[in-house]
This record gives sequence, C-alpha cells and structure tokens, in this order.
Amino acid sequence: MGTRHDSTGRPLPLANPTTRPHFDAAREHRFAMQRCPRDGFFFYPRSRCPNCLGADWSWETASGRGVVHSFTIDRTGHVPALAKLAPYAIAIVELDEGPRCTARLVDCDVEAVRVGMRVEAAYEEIEGGTLVNFRPRL
Amino acid sequence: MAKRSAAVVGLAEWKPERVWPRPMFSLEACAELAALALADAGVEKREVDGLCIGGIYESPLFGPSAAAEYLGIHANFAETVDLGGATSAGMLWRAAAAIEVGACETVLVLCPSIPPPRPDGAKRGKLDFPIYLGGDAWGSPQGAFEIPAGLVAATPSFAMVAQRYMARYGLREETLAKIAVDARYNAQFNPDAIFYGKPITLEDVMQSRRVADPLKLLEIVMPCFGGGALLVTTAERAARARHRPVFVAGFGEHLTHKSITYAPDLLDNPIRVAAERAFRMAGISHAAVDVVQPYDCFTITVLVTLENAGFCGKGEGERFVTERSLRWDGDFPLNTHGGQLGAGQAGTAGGLSHLTEAVRQLQGRAGARQLKKCDVAYANGTGGMMAEQVAVILQGA
Repeated sequence: MGTRHDSTGRPLPLANPTTRPHFDAAREHRFAMQRCPRDGFFFYPRSRCPNCLGADWSWETASGRGVVHSFTIDRTGHVPALAKLAPYAIAIVELDEGPRCTARLVDCDVEAVRVGMRVEAAYEEIEGGTLVNFRPRL
Repeated sequence: MAKRSAAVVGLAEWKPERVWPRPMFSLEACAELAALALADAGVEKREVDGLCIGGIYESPLFGPSAAAEYLGIHANFAETVDLGGATSAGMLWRAAAAIEVGACETVLVLCPSIPPPRPDGAKRGKLDFPIYLGGDAWGSPQGAFEIPAGLVAATPSFAMVAQRYMARYGLREETLAKIAVDARYNAQFNPDAIFYGKPITLEDVMQSRRVADPLKLLEIVMPCFGGGALLVTTAERAARARHRPVFVAGFGEHLTHKSITYAPDLLDNPIRVAAERAFRMAGISHAAVDVVQPYDCFTITVLVTLENAGFCGKGEGERFVTERSLRWDGDFPLNTHGGQLGAGQAGTAGGLSHLTEAVRQLQGRAGARQLKKCDVAYANGTGGMMAEQVAVILQGA
C-alpha cells in the first residue's frame, strides 16, 4: 500500500524507490524536489519529467517556501483516522519554485488561513519518519 | 452539422434509495436494467451487439465478457468505462462513436450501483467502498502526498475550488446556496427524487453545518443506491423505435489530472475543452439549448461548470446564478430532475441521471416538470476531483 498507518490509525506516507529521496531529505528538514534541465522543477517525485519525459533530472534542495493557492478547513476528517485531528486546514501550496503540493497547515489558527498567505515547510516527527506540513511564515 | 448517426431510444432508471431493499449482484442488476431499457424502447434483445459497463463487483477483471455471457449477448463492442462521475457520459459517446464507425449497431449502457446480497442472507446490503477509493495503492502518488495531508474523499477538494474562486472573483456563500435551493425545488416535481416532499430554503442551506469550508452539508450530494441504463442504436433503427429518437449530436471529453493539487488551473476546468468540442461537433449554439444538465456533486461544481461550458463568462457565474432562475419552470432550466443534489447520488447511476432526464425531456416524458419546448439538451459528467469531464449535446429527431 502507498499509505501506511501509525499506531493511532493516522495515514502516513510510505516511501517507494522513486519517492524515497524526498522523504529521506525530510528527515533532515530539507524539501527535496526534482529538477529537469529543460523544464525546471516538478513535484511529486516521478521517474521522468512530466513535461518532456526526460530522465536526466536531478534532486535539489528547494526553498520549502510558498503561498497558499487555496485551502479548506476540514471539519470532519472524512475518515475515522483523520476525524480526531479535525478541524484541520489543508492547503494547496504553490511553491516558490513553481510546482504545487498539498499539505496540512499547522501552527496556526485554522480560521485565520487565507489564500495568498506566505507559508514554509514545517517538519513533524512521526513514527518511522518525518512528515512535511506547512505553517505560516512570520 | 450535428451528428445524427446514433440515437438514444430507451432508458431505465431505478428510484434512488438510502437503503436498498433488493440487494442484487452487479450482473443481476445489469440483466434487470437491460430488460427494462429494451422494453422501454420496444427493441428486441437479439438486436443488441454492444455493451458499455462500469465495474462488475463479482468480476473485477474481465467485466465486459462476464456481462456478455450473463446477459446472453454476442457483442461486437464491449468495454468497461472508468471515469468516475463522468462514466455514464463517457459510455454514451463511446457507444455512439462505435455505432457511427460501424463497429456495432445497438449498445446497452448499464450503470448498476446497488449492494450485493450478503452471504449470511441478511436483507440489508451495503456497498463496501475502499476507504481512500484506492488512492492508497502501492506506488500511488496520492497515497504518499495527498492522503497523509488529510486530503481524502471529494468534499475538501471541491471546497478548495470554491475557496480559490472566492479569492479570485469574490463569491457570496448565498450564491452557492441558491444552487442547492433551486435543485431541491426541481426535486419537488420528481417523485423518484430522494428529497421529494422535502423543499429547503436559502436559510436552511446557510445554517447547515460546515463540512469543508466554504461547503456546507446541504451543498453536498446524498450518497444512495440506484441504477440506470440507456439503449443506443443506429439512426435507421431509431426511426422504428417507440419514442422520439434522441441523437448524440456532439460530445467532448477532457482530463488532465487526478488530484486537485495538480489541476493545471483550479478554475479553468477540463469541461471547458470538452464542452467546446461538443458544441463545435454538434454545430449547435448555447442559445439553442433548451435544458442544461450539468453534473452537480456540489454546488460549486455547477457554478464553475456553467462558466467553463460557456453558458456565462469566467467570473460571471455569481451574477448569472443570482439573476436567472435555475428552476425547471424558470428562465434557465437546469437539472430539471432535481440534479443529484435533489435526487440523490446513486454511484455512476447518479451521473447517468443527468442524461436520462435530458432524454426524458427531449422525448416529452418528464411528467409534472416537462418543458413546453425541448429539442436540444446539454449534459455533462464530472469524475473525481474536477478531473475527468465529458460533455454531450443531445438533440431530438
């Protein structure tokens, strides 16, 4: 399965050979992203660039910074394992390097989240690894 | 010039139910829906040589051959379509295209969405959907990057479309609520609707609990069970059928992403390209459309679909929805059966309901909500997270 669950039933990422460098970097509190020499950064990790299908990309440490492109406050969690975390804010973050990623927003009042808010990666130690959340950038 | 090579001649549709009283296997449901659609059209089963099906629960692989064998059909065309809420619209154009190129002549489009009997003989069945809809499969990008972020089910994704819309154009929550109220009004004229006899007010919607901001409970479809079918055949055979033939005049399909995170643009949806292609193929203008049947899993889906499908400009949805009446007896009849917001979302049959209603209106069979004039219908399906979208233009003979 591409998702594993911790002892509380919370869904967590399960790295595979392609995505592992991203999750290994997260343990060091770095936001690693692949960069194609022709088309620039892309995310999520892939075997080939989603624009040119080239395989000559390289891993780079990105800024881990971006803006909230959109968000929602999930007030139910929708599945039992996530209900205990609700209400929580989920955001589509537009990274400064261009690509988007989705993450939970932490260390903030969910009611205060706004589109356009500057955010940065916030690393959460979890069972067996590190999860990349985002938080408002002060 | 509108296509006139394939036409819908018959339909079947079960009344959606929260608790399904007659558990059946998918193949049994397909057989019953096929019998109903054939009887409705007045077409003999031996004429059927094509099948479009969704998932067959008791045959996860090899579904088309399982259905052909069970129904006793010697098929010249058979396939499984996997486009979420756009599955039924995707099936309809595939059936029409297969007929047009001469691959087959008469196709059954089958959408059962009911629970199987339970092995212990209990009466009440339930459908077991995998909790993350399969997004947690080994190697799935969604499993590694979306589900752990808490992005599961559909509501939060569509909520983010709405939030982006609000930031981009400004949008009052009351505008979205009106879409739900008008849908529920239409449902009061459809005895088969799950919310028949249960009208709501703008205040009801506004005061319903927030599920994923800004979407509130009454802006979200009610999942239920049901099933439906369409029978599609050649123009020549359609001319001999019982009801007014409904030509598949144009169609378009477009998809670019699975997760909303990676949609090229949250507000420039795939339906824009799909609808452009459908209208161009049909050679029919928006002004000629008598009834609009957009997929409505959430209120926001309707707003952005009206814009992207070209019924109003980008950012004009609020004014359009506020100034027009979306009621069946209003100046812009939309989802005259109540949509899924009013009639219920019975799996892939929920998406099919936009098509069956369009066919009923075009055939003059819509009962208390029948439009005075109905010659052209626009309908579309939306699957996943504004992901796979299919538009069809239907035209009465």
